[in-house]
Amino acid sequence: MEFVFLIFLPIVAALFIPLLFNRMKRIHTGWFVLAVPLILFLYYVTYIPTTMKGGHAISELRWIPSMGISFVSYIDGLSLLFSLLITGIGSLVVLYSIFYLDKNKEKLGNFYVYLLLFMSAMLGVVQSDNVISLYLFWELTSISSFLLIGYWYTRDRSRFGALKSMMITVFGGLMMLGGFVLLGIMGDTYSIRELIASAPSFVGHDYFTLALVLLLLGAFTKSAQFPFYIWLPDAMEAPTPVSAYLHSATMVKAGLYLVARFTPIFAFSEVWVWLVTGIGLLTLFWGSFFAVKQTDLKAILAFSTVSQLGLIMSLLGAGAITFHSDDAVFKFAMFAAIFHLINHATFKGSLFMIAGIVDHETGTRDIRKLGGLMSIMPVSFTVAFIGSMSMAGLPPFNGFLSKEMFLQSMLAIRQFELFQFDTWSILFPVIAWIASVFTFVYSFYFVFRTFAGKRKEGRLPQEPHEAPVGMLISPVILGVLVVGIFFIPNLVAKWLIKPAVAAIQPNLYSQPADIDIHVAAWHGFDSPELWLTVGVIVIGALLYATLSKWQKVYGLQPAKFSLNALYDGLMSFSEKGMNRISRFYMTGLIRTYMIYIFTFLSIAVLVVLFTQDAFVVDMNSFSHIGVYSAINAVILILAVGFVLLSKTRLAAIISLGAAGYSVALFFVIFKAPDLALTQLVIETVSVALFLLAFKHLPALKDHGETVKTKMTNGIVALGVGITVTLIALSAHSQKLIPSIAQFYKDTVKTEAGGGNIVNVILVDYRGFDTLFEIAVLSIAGIGVLGMIKLRLARKGNSNENK
Amino acid sequence: MRTNDVILQTTTKVVFFIIFLFAIHIFFAGHYTPGGGFVGGLLTTGALVLLLLAFDLKTVQRALPFNFVIVIGIGLLLALGTAAGSIFFNVPFFTHAFDDFTLPLFGETSLHTAMLFDAGVYLVVVGSAMTIIQSIGGDA
Repeated sequence: MEFVFLIFLPIVAALFIPLLFNRMKRIHTGWFVLAVPLILFLYYVTYIPTTMKGGHAISELRWIPSMGISFVSYIDGLSLLFSLLITGIGSLVVLYSIFYLDKNKEKLGNFYVYLLLFMSAMLGVVQSDNVISLYLFWELTSISSFLLIGYWYTRDRSRFGALKSMMITVFGGLMMLGGFVLLGIMGDTYSIRELIASAPSFVGHDYFTLALVLLLLGAFTKSAQFPFYIWLPDAMEAPTPVSAYLHSATMVKAGLYLVARFTPIFAFSEVWVWLVTGIGLLTLFWGSFFAVKQTDLKAILAFSTVSQLGLIMSLLGAGAITFHSDDAVFKFAMFAAIFHLINHATFKGSLFMIAGIVDHETGTRDIRKLGGLMSIMPVSFTVAFIGSMSMAGLPPFNGFLSKEMFLQSMLAIRQFELFQFDTWSILFPVIAWIASVFTFVYSFYFVFRTFAGKRKEGRLPQEPHEAPVGMLISPVILGVLVVGIFFIPNLVAKWLIKPAVAAIQPNLYSQPADIDIHVAAWHGFDSPELWLTVGVIVIGALLYATLSKWQKVYGLQPAKFSLNALYDGLMSFSEKGMNRISRFYMTGLIRTYMIYIFTFLSIAVLVVLFTQDAFVVDMNSFSHIGVYSAINAVILILAVGFVLLSKTRLAAIISLGAAGYSVALFFVIFKAPDLALTQLVIETVSVALFLLAFKHLPALKDHGETVKTKMTNGIVALGVGITVTLIALSAHSQKLIPSIAQFYKDTVKTEAGGGNIVNVILVDYRGFDTLFEIAVLSIAGIGVLGMIKLRLARKGNSNENK
Repeated sequence: MRTNDVILQTTTKVVFFIIFLFAIHIFFAGHYTPGGGFVGGLLTTGALVLLLLAFDLKTVQRALPFNFVIVIGIGLLLALGTAAGSIFFNVPFFTHAFDDFTLPLFGETSLHTAMLFDAGVYLVVVGSAMTIIQSIGGDA
């Protein structure tokens, strides 16, 4: 079977969701949805043996082959890892959502349609080999994320958050598209595999750095890197299952995926190494620093996600150094990045679910009101404890292992002597270490402020109790994974991480088995990262103990200098500014718009016609003017004259009809029956339509037009007439290239099996035109309906008010 | 709009079917002789407009209980579906197929997927034109 179709399975399933939701009220719709990621997960698991051997699978669905655009599903170690995360975490999240979202109160139909849409989009992003289809899926994740954040669309904050995330991620996506197009120009292909293969040939190209920066803008906005992270905290308005799934485990990692996937192309550039590592570290520090300030459980997790994404990003940057240096010390940076990516998905997924449970069972997520829940919610506490300690990087949890590797990599960077790294790179381990301290603090802050301490009686909206079993299944599974990975890291490494790393660094490894890295929890007392961790624990514990004393520091930064204020300012400025510009030329009168259009058209065409020497009149090839044509022309001119001069509307309508019919007659004379037929029917219908609406039209009155406006109108009309005549004359006289008519005549039978060229052009040769034309027609029809219904409704309302 | 035009109404009852059948003929003939979905659709609309002129809006709506907005939707789906259907044969979007078949009653007939697409065009044209006419005409 062509497995590329599986990408679309969730979307196809989504088509049935509204049906299931409306017909089967008794069963929670989530149970049906659960099957989709579960089946996909089990299917993708069967590819593990292939990728472990360094192999890959490929399946293609051609879309626009003439432009090199197609859906290509390419499964190697990296995309398989992501596909497993998407479907695996997806299954757990759907299971969790079944208990989290009430089937009677919530619009589950919408929710699961969006979620399935997202699933398809995300699978498409990580499996696409074609950059154009990757971009398509990429924006689809932005759109589904927008819909999910705005799921409770009656809340202002939800709509604000949805718009903000969309604005920022779609901006990045568009930049990324530019990068893709430049890559396509340089490599002469849109296929990522082929681009990687031909990368050495265009490394020094003029566009190379520009493409790199554009691509990184896409990755950074998606993965909430500094300074684009501001959308992620606002995205927390989405239902918690969405936050756990999109905004921590999968979608935000699309940027990391992109960076990893394009590493073999761009890692040759020092700009790449600097930007990815630098921005990653900055984000890591910034996010961890601000997480401690938050009071909302989900906001803490949002900032911690920002910071962890920065951590992985900086590791990806450090891993790119292997393209410049043979030092073995950098080799495990990429390994650590992938390892931490998996670990982060497990512990952060479980923590988000716990935050949701706390919200669900107590009615609040405000950490100032919470406390002492340990004895009431023991299972939730255990999972939260495991997740937080892993996040803080403590043993025996998986976060400890990848954190150690992270510190090790950052220490190793100092040894790299290229691109002036030797001067600045001393900062890297320092920033990494400080960020780790704050990570430790916010992890403790999250779990102990919520679960330990004294209960604050009477401050909770609801009497708290442990969550139902169903809601706990998913976080517990993730918690077990957190502990499990700590004890068997090398099995995970062999199955998932090494194939992924081999896919990112094809220059280093031909087989996943070549990667000689053995994860160990204990490196001995002489390893510097151990002492760094000890330092983190000591200083972190001190800072946590004195939290209330130094938390005031955050108040020092005035709100109007924050990035959020910048975003708000930009938004309101663009709204006001654009309004002013559009009010300048949008008068609301169709006459004005017609004048713009016609003036522009005549000037543009006439200038081109005469500056490019395109105007030619060849009197010899004119056809003979027959008696019928002459008479018909006179009728046409007279009819148009009557339209202009008539004092009543009825006379104008009738003369307009006469003009139309005489044009149709021209078509008959020149043997264009198709056009004649269409013209005749159109004239008939439009005259009938005029008559139908006749009695509702206001009386024809003089609009008080001055001589000046009449003159302007006259000049514009005359200009258009002259332009069209000149075009017609030179189009007839100037035959630089043979007419396409012959091609149609030759191929209409053989290619399209038709006899009537006009119709075959409409439905076959230029089917796209027709498709969009009928789409426009539909929009016009529905638009008229909407406008008139709306006006009627408003009239009805105002009557009621009287 | 109450009308009591016996001659127009009686003629319309006959003429409507003639125009309608002609429209259908033109639609099917389109691939080989003048016609096609667009003109066919317009002619059908013309026939319907004649009905509207002879009788009032309510009577016509009772006789032809279609929601023309849904007709638009069906038409668009049909057109898009025909174009997208080629995906399942792994050929580019909008690749048409045609062949000659021997059908009962009709004999040797050539069938095109282009005709399905054209049917979509036909439905959209009728649907949009009638939506516009009904909403403008009904605004009283």
